[in-house]
Amino acid sequence: MIDKPHLDRAHLLEMLEGMLRIRLFEARCVELYQAQKILGFLHLYDGQEAVSVGVIGSLGPEDAVVATYREHGQALARGLGMDVLMAEMLGMEQGCCRGRGGSMHIFDAGTRFYGGNAIVGAGLPLAVGIALGDSMMRRDAVTACFFGDGAVDEGEFHESLSLAALWQLPVLFVCENNLYSMGMALERATAEPDIAKKAAAYAMPAEVVDGMDVVAVELATGRALEHIRAGQGPAFLECRTYRFRAHSMFDAQSYRTREEVAAWREKDPIVRLRGWMEDAGLLHEGEYAAMESRIRADIDAAVAWAESGSPESPANLMKFVTMDHVPQEGQAS
Amino acid sequence: MTGAGPLTYREACRQALIEALESDPRVFMMGEDIGAYGGCYAVTKGLLEQFGPERVRDTPLAESGFTGAGIGAAMVGMRPIVELMTCNFSLLALDQIMNSAATLAHMSGGQFAVPLVIRMATGAGRRVAAQHSHSLEGWFAHIPGVKVLAPAVIEDARYMLGPALADPNPVLIFEHVMLYNDTGPHDPSVTEVDISSAAVRREGSDVTLVTYGGSLRKCLAAAGQLAEERISADVIDLRILRPLDSATVLESVRRTRRCVIVDEAWRSGSIAAEIGMRIAEEAFFDLDAPLRRVCSAEVPVPYAPAMEDAALPQVDDIVGTVRQLLGKS
Ligand SMILES: Cc1ncc(C[n+]2csc(CCOP(=O)(O)OP(=O)(O)O)c2C)c(N)n1
Ligand SMILES: [Mg+2]
Repeated sequence: MIDKPHLDRAHLLEMLEGMLRIRLFEARCVELYQAQKILGFLHLYDGQEAVSVGVIGSLGPEDAVVATYREHGQALARGLGMDVLMAEMLGMEQGCCRGRGGSMHIFDAGTRFYGGNAIVGAGLPLAVGIALGDSMMRRDAVTACFFGDGAVDEGEFHESLSLAALWQLPVLFVCENNLYSMGMALERATAEPDIAKKAAAYAMPAEVVDGMDVVAVELATGRALEHIRAGQGPAFLECRTYRFRAHSMFDAQSYRTREEVAAWREKDPIVRLRGWMEDAGLLHEGEYAAMESRIRADIDAAVAWAESGSPESPANLMKFVTMDHVPQEGQAS
Repeated sequence: MTGAGPLTYREACRQALIEALESDPRVFMMGEDIGAYGGCYAVTKGLLEQFGPERVRDTPLAESGFTGAGIGAAMVGMRPIVELMTCNFSLLALDQIMNSAATLAHMSGGQFAVPLVIRMATGAGRRVAAQHSHSLEGWFAHIPGVKVLAPAVIEDARYMLGPALADPNPVLIFEHVMLYNDTGPHDPSVTEVDISSAAVRREGSDVTLVTYGGSLRKCLAAAGQLAEERISADVIDLRILRPLDSATVLESVRRTRRCVIVDEAWRSGSIAAEIGMRIAEEAFFDLDAPLRRVCSAEVPVPYAPAMEDAALPQVDDIVGTVRQLLGKS
């Protein structure tokens, strides 16, 4: 049983930096959106960073990740370059999906990152299939599947948990319960807002974890992975978290109060870890600022690289509608 | 495997599955009642015993869940064959087919293909009323990113699965329910077929009948009757509804200068409409008569036999339409 937090300084610094990278990267995305360089929908992860960093940091390169349209955090935590991510959002040929996906559809075969799914709930069956395929091919891999509290009300949530448990598949279901699906508050959407309880009904261990505490998320992930890797089937984490900003770039926020947002901002996972490390003498004078400027330099470089790319040409419009070979094969082995 | 005794369409489908499972360890099946029950149309009878529960997977009733699982498994190296009991239930998996299977290759910028086969029964005629009698293949043929096959003859039922599995894209196979007991005729010397071209099933010079799937038999019967009246019909079996082989259709229509399209689906927004429009776009000046269609009446398919028969294209409707077109009614 894993119950000891992994609290050495280097590791904590890594997690702090991982969360800050996501936060600052998205802050730049907002600027580019306002400058109308990033278009369409842009769903920010602001406030939820501890979930991706805590979960994905615990995975190995052989594992797979399935995410939603709010997936910049997962993509960066998984190790996708800020450059190809930014180029994708700018619609460039150099983007990870050659400008066909945009913010909501980030894919990367190299890190086994299977999207980037903008249909609520649709990633869950996919994750079950990836885990099924991996286990039939005798790969020792876990598929981490991220989704929101809104997805819990979709039929696919129930179908997928049921199948994964029935077939004892190595899936880590990660529900990011930020209390809202767009403007629909969880307790207005369901008579049973205890999501972990629903998951447990499908015969798998389901744990509720403070999603604003990266150390707690990492610990819970470790316990879940231990269960899955022992061949005992799927596990479920309900990470209680909060998005600080609008659902997509702008909404009137008529569905929640300023006080509620302010109260959750008090629990900001980055502020919290930073403060805790400072108090414990694990973050030295000037280190945070240095971290911040290092990340900003990375972002500047990524944006410059992305902007110098070439917009994917409409001459390639029909490319990849159907394929003449299976490109991913030979990579996942 | 071929030759001895009358081979049914059902048995041809079954042999195709056996061959696929035997020849490629990446192939496995998922679907409702395909295992212990033997398949609701008995197509998968005996497969569980032969290949075991890991490769012939009975699923719970979760069409979207196991279709999506097929997509995921295909993305990581397997070659799943998902069976949706009938196309009527495929609607519960439509999101996975349309928003995932068909889009992932393109949305990912060509990083992932989805080499998945989905089989399902389609069509009416079994007196099972509206919710079990749809012909939805035309809907699926609307979707870029998938291929849609409609085996109408024994050879296709037997040999289309191989190339479908070898294709890097999601391939949907629609087996017409009224064909499962069909015994032919078929040519035992055929041991492979393509999944790219339409086939001329009967040659003629006065009119082209364009059809596919369960309506092929009706068109051939109509062509036989018309021959007695010295009207010679070219009968084209589309075989593949996406991508459409327009060239074969156009070649025939340019020769016969008349065309009747026969499709068991509803007329509005149908594959018949698509064929007609392609002819209008490409061969308008080659036509001697207006294009005609024989499709199902636009009603939910009813239960009572006389009602159901009246709703579906029948041989007499086809013959009558051709006569009218030739001014012989
Ligand atoms: C099937 C489906 N229905 C509706 C939508 C529109 N929509 C996009 S995001 C969203 C809310 C989802 O909430 P949740 O699952 O909690 O994720 P969060 O946005 O909070 O991360 C809705 C309703 C959609 N994309 N897909
Ligand atoms: Mg939510």
